[in-house]
Amino acid sequence: MMSIATATLRGLYEQMLLIRVFETEAERQYKAARIGGYCHLSSGQEAATVGATHSLDPGDLLVTGYRCHGFALARGVPVEAVMAELFGRVDGCAHGRGGSMHLLDVSRGYYGGWGIVAGQLPIATGLALALVRQGRPQAVLCELGDGAINMGAWHESLNLAAVWRLPVVFLVMNNEYGMGTSVERASAVTDLYRRAAAYDLPAERVDGDDLLAVAQASATLLGAAREERQASVLELVTYRYRGHSVADAGLAYRTRGEIDEHIQRDPIFRVRALLAQEGVPDAELDGLMGAAEEQVAAAVAASVASPPPAVSTLATGMYAPGSAAQFARMLPGAPFGERELVFAGGLGE
Amino acid sequence: MREEMLRDERVFVMGEEVGLFDGAYKVTAGLLGEFGPERVRDTPISEEGFVGAGVGAAMLGERPIVEIMTINFLLVAMDQVVNHAAKIGAMFGGEVRCPLVIRTPNGAGNQLTAQHSQSFEGWFAATPGLKVLAPATPADAKGLLKAAIRDDDPVLVVENLAIYKERGEVPLDPEFVTPIGLAAVAREGTDVTLIAHSYATVRALHVAERLERTHGISAEVVDLRSLRPLDVETVAASVAKTSRAVCIEEGWPTYGVTAELAARIQYACFDDLDAPVERVGMAEVPMPYAKELENAALPNEQRIESAVLATLGRRS
Repeated sequence: MMSIATATLRGLYEQMLLIRVFETEAERQYKAARIGGYCHLSSGQEAATVGATHSLDPGDLLVTGYRCHGFALARGVPVEAVMAELFGRVDGCAHGRGGSMHLLDVSRGYYGGWGIVAGQLPIATGLALALVRQGRPQAVLCELGDGAINMGAWHESLNLAAVWRLPVVFLVMNNEYGMGTSVERASAVTDLYRRAAAYDLPAERVDGDDLLAVAQASATLLGAAREERQASVLELVTYRYRGHSVADAGLAYRTRGEIDEHIQRDPIFRVRALLAQEGVPDAELDGLMGAAEEQVAAAVAASVASPPPAVSTLATGMYAPGSAAQFARMLPGAPFGERELVFAGGLGE
Repeated sequence: MREEMLRDERVFVMGEEVGLFDGAYKVTAGLLGEFGPERVRDTPISEEGFVGAGVGAAMLGERPIVEIMTINFLLVAMDQVVNHAAKIGAMFGGEVRCPLVIRTPNGAGNQLTAQHSQSFEGWFAATPGLKVLAPATPADAKGLLKAAIRDDDPVLVVENLAIYKERGEVPLDPEFVTPIGLAAVAREGTDVTLIAHSYATVRALHVAERLERTHGISAEVVDLRSLRPLDVETVAASVAKTSRAVCIEEGWPTYGVTAELAARIQYACFDDLDAPVERVGMAEVPMPYAKELENAALPNEQRIESAVLATLGRRS
């Protein structure tokens, strides 16, 4: 078993607490109608999220699906920027344009939460191809759910990563359900990591609720990606406590007892027990929870204070600077309101 | 492409058979020998995968040119084009860009039948976030492709199977670039405006020449060159002069490029029009195999000529 310094473990524990508190608060704010759209929570998956991102080097790249609040936080995106994005405010990490599913932070190598199941996989292979072309000795970590492995993009991406020797680790967060359909009902092979054998890629399956096991496996596979351009698959078996999204009570396809059974083995409690074993006093551990709550409360306050994007910026960012001149001759006969809403709004400025 | 690859080492080409095979239509012939397999990358038959790989590489600052053997095969990568590449600028708040070029030929006319005879560029041009270019001349094939490669947004360049055989003057200047969003008046005239793009422009020019000879009709031909952005200014200025418009496309007109043109022309030129805006496109059926049926389904020159004469109130 990987040994990890107590101070490091404590830091990872803080990240896990932050994610849990953040998700709990996001659900509350969603139900208070301050957060709209879809809101996919990852409570219960903190060890998998934090363990995997812990193994990223600063120059490594991350892409994820839409259950991405935890990954953004674990990658160091400021809590305020994540919460403000959920609130649809200008200080959000995508300036209120992306919302819950489309977080990003290019400065931290996070190239997006993506909303179409498996759509991020080909993009991850392209990021890895660019790393190779640029001679950068780094890797891409590509998160996906168990539902994504039945998409064609999974097969095409694993094949490309194998034949082109691309430095990418496909991280399968197997939380047992793709929306409400269990892995057993969806996949002919329920040991999902075995699918990698079709492309002759190394693969591992570990307990995703065991922080140290996740950190060790992801470190090994990311290392092979960086050093040998060896792509791989890492399946993390975990569980989400909440429904597919906040709109789903999560009980139509599983029992309360099943959820409670998982909560009994909560990954956060497991790390807390490790820290207690290392001699960190209970009072200190309790204090960390309070600190996470304060951080999230401050992020909510900052999000409330942050303004929504101005309507006059509706088209901002859609096209690159310099595009306004290209579109100028499109105005005659444009649909009602287009001049005011799009052309006047900094199209490609 | 070669000039742009020499100019900018971030530019690389990938697609099916672009390297060893020299390209299914020989567009990339010789590039592998000059630039090597890292910059001229053969792919598996895996459009969703390698179009998406182009998106990802572009997000990290590369300048990929992805070749799709024909536009028919772009549909299996439509998710990457429409749901991913087109969304990046806006959805991520301008934090990251996607300078991707996709090149692909459209068109019909070689008895390739229903699944290989299509012109879907209008579908892509209907998507905000994309730019769609469609050259009709060899010079614009060069100039627009260079503009696409130098552009910072995802650009679809629709080439055409029949135009691959067209000959014409091409500027040798490596800095010759055709501006995006600027239509060309391919032929001046006073009686009626024919508006087209891609191979329909070639057909329109043939029809215009013949109408001049046989009927003394002076037809102006506007070659759109760019579908998104669409240069309605040039179209409207021409229709203001001629008072009559016939819009032509290789694809199906319903919900098509000509539908968009007609809507914009009727608004921009409401007081100028002396006749309803006419449209000619592919007959609205999947392309049949038999040569006689294929000819009938295409927006052939005879059909275009009939439409122009009808718009002018003349009998053919």
